[in-house]
Amino acid sequence: MQGLRGKQGKGQAMLHLVRNGLLSCLLAVALLLPSGAAPLSMMTAAQAVEPDEVLDDPALEARARELSKNLRCLVCQNESIDESNAPLARDLRILLRERLKAGDTDEQAIQFLVDRYGEYVLLKPRFSGHTLLLWLGPFAVLIIGLLGAFIYLRRRVGTAATSASAEAPLSDDERQRLQELLDGK
Amino acid sequence: MIVELGHFALVLALGVAIYLTLVPLYGAATGNVRLMELAVPAAIVKFFLIAFSFAALTVAYINSDFSVLNVWQNSHSAKPFIYKITGTWANHEGSMLLWVLVLASFTLAIALFSGNLPQSLKARVLGVQGSISTAFLVYLVTVSSPFVRIPEGRVPLEGQGMNPLLQDPALAMHPPMLYAGYVGFSVAFAFAIAALMEGKVDSAWARWVRPWTLAAWTFLTAGIALGSWWAYYELGWGGWWFWDPVENASFMPWLAGTALLHSAIVVEKRNSLKTWTVLLAIIAFSFSLIGTFLVRSGVLSSVHAFAVDPERGVFILGILAFFIGGALFLYAARAHTLKLEGGFEPVSREGALVLNNVLLSAALAAVFIGTLFPLAYEAVTGGEKITVGAPYFNLTFGTLIIPLLVILPFGPLLAWKRGNLKGTFRKLRTAAALAAFSALVTALLFGGSIMAALGVALGVWLVAGALEEWAHRVMLFKAPFKVVRNRIFSMPGHMWAMTLAHAGVGFIVLGAIISTAWKSEEIRALKPGDRVPIAGYEVVFKGEREVPGPNYLALQGMFEIFKDGRKVTDAISEKRTFLGRRNMPTTEVALVYSWKGDLYIAIGDQSALGGRTVRMYFEPFIYLLWIGALLMVFGGITGLLDRRFRVGVAERTESRLAAQPAE
Repeated sequence: MQGLRGKQGKGQAMLHLVRNGLLSCLLAVALLLPSGAAPLSMMTAAQAVEPDEVLDDPALEARARELSKNLRCLVCQNESIDESNAPLARDLRILLRERLKAGDTDEQAIQFLVDRYGEYVLLKPRFSGHTLLLWLGPFAVLIIGLLGAFIYLRRRVGTAATSASAEAPLSDDERQRLQELLDGK
Repeated sequence: MIVELGHFALVLALGVAIYLTLVPLYGAATGNVRLMELAVPAAIVKFFLIAFSFAALTVAYINSDFSVLNVWQNSHSAKPFIYKITGTWANHEGSMLLWVLVLASFTLAIALFSGNLPQSLKARVLGVQGSISTAFLVYLVTVSSPFVRIPEGRVPLEGQGMNPLLQDPALAMHPPMLYAGYVGFSVAFAFAIAALMEGKVDSAWARWVRPWTLAAWTFLTAGIALGSWWAYYELGWGGWWFWDPVENASFMPWLAGTALLHSAIVVEKRNSLKTWTVLLAIIAFSFSLIGTFLVRSGVLSSVHAFAVDPERGVFILGILAFFIGGALFLYAARAHTLKLEGGFEPVSREGALVLNNVLLSAALAAVFIGTLFPLAYEAVTGGEKITVGAPYFNLTFGTLIIPLLVILPFGPLLAWKRGNLKGTFRKLRTAAALAAFSALVTALLFGGSIMAALGVALGVWLVAGALEEWAHRVMLFKAPFKVVRNRIFSMPGHMWAMTLAHAGVGFIVLGAIISTAWKSEEIRALKPGDRVPIAGYEVVFKGEREVPGPNYLALQGMFEIFKDGRKVTDAISEKRTFLGRRNMPTTEVALVYSWKGDLYIAIGDQSALGGRTVRMYFEPFIYLLWIGALLMVFGGITGLLDRRFRVGVAERTESRLAAQPAE
């Protein structure tokens, strides 16, 4: 029974979020339609945490702020819920704080949001099969680069002694130009 | 009428650009000198046609000629004069016209200032420039014309207004700077393509490429810094870098260009790394094109992307595919002709520069993959979405760039060809000691995390390392004063450039680390008379009032700032609502400067608690960021003033010296 009510509560919170999310979407679309430049302007509107959301316990609030930086405002362009003042971001911030007050660990609170919104809500995707390229790609470039440089150097060191004199010989044109320059033309 | 003339000039410019592409390249291929010589007048004519076209659009903006669709969509008659001018490029079509104008300016500069270039190389470089010009002019004339008229009788009386965020001095200058950077890399690209056609890259080639690359890099650095500064004071939450896709779009060519600047040194001095440098020149401009594509196509629905128009996106994608694909194909086919290189040991200046290039490339890969991964993921999975945001970039980019910053001071002190690591480290012992000392002091006196203390140490290491290298170079404290003075005054510009830019990197690290790690923040709902202590200051909210501006209405929050019980200053933070259809409010934050950092006050909306939401931050030593960026730009300018880089001067001096008999 208790569990059920809990679920219902969550369900309602969810509904509330979806509704607000849809409203924000509509608002965003409405703003976008008449002027192509709207997305830029939405950035200014973004002004983060409101005073009434701040938790009394500074340690808990600090944790909430830290976690918020890694959560995406789902209806915004590439903004964390910490930076955005879209209604949905506000709801997520409040929801996150409620979970922390209820005693969730950081991981539990994050998982709570991921369960509801998918990994899309994470600004830092988890390391998994899908994200191998994302996480390993840059380091693969590093290793390939280092290997390439190593092979290049191995080959070069052998020729180092001889290559100093291995400049390309001048072509006839160049010889003529050189002569002109030397003659001070 | 002037609008039609502008349009006509643009179409003519397209014709000239096609001519500039075909004739000199054909001439170079067949060895026909007369055809090659035609490149220069064509470049000049093209520049004037495009400049005229741009001027025509500017005039339409100044006169608020709302019969021009583009002006009606993006301007307002009540706008201040300066924003009527900058409004010309504060929209999609106008900014593409600016892109083409900047390209034409670079082409003109090559035509006029490289008399010393071999005829065929010059013809080919100008021809490649012409081909890029052709592609973008076709784009402008066909799908993105800024000169479309609204039919007579339906001309509106008032425009829809310019994006309020762009009505700001820094952001008005941001696009031209950025474009000068993007497009500047087209010169290195054209030189690379020309070299592949000629099958020859040598020291002279690198000497010609370096100043152009440095010019582009300097513009791009300035453009990125302006954008970052603007974000800091305008967006209202004190951040200055967001890893937004559009920021990344400008950062990627910067990283590639930085790598190119360094590898070109090796080509010039040591006649080595030639194929790699040619590839980098292609890559740097490719990222400029990718940047243009990302920003202009709206493919990344980012905060900046103001062209949500697939037709245009596909067109730019076509241009991108043609130039990048074509260049890489040519590279694959011809790169082997360039091999014949000087050798060096792993521990040497060349070796350090190779490591610089490897790490910059990996960091570039992190930015590139992170920016495009969400798009690719959505395409591959059929609509499933994933987010890659700031935490990813901070982690991966940070991991890859920190080793580069750690080894940076060693590079300039290593000898060419074969260096000595131990000896070099000994030359940097003062910098190392200072870095260790600063880490200790920071950790003990100011608290904060170990990471923050290490970050401060890294910044100090970079600044002190650059200074110590300079001290060795001028023999400070080692030679008599006169010698030192002579060495300082005879130090060439490109050496000053290196010292300034490297120290600038250190200042940026310091500013970034300190302002992030020791930032204080107060978010309050304030009523008139409320007092808030923050970072040694006391902020008193006096109240709010409405004040009309030229084309906006401002809501001003008024504050008094106290320190130690004494009033320091008044401060006003505004929210502006602009006239016209685009009436989203913008913030003007109040900034109180001191040597310790900025006190930053931004007013928000009415709070649910009653009163006005006010965000107050103290950003310690944030100004070091801007000093660092200024040093880098200033370094770039100093390098450009180096007489060696003024093409022709070096050769003439050297030949005169050679011609004189030894005494």
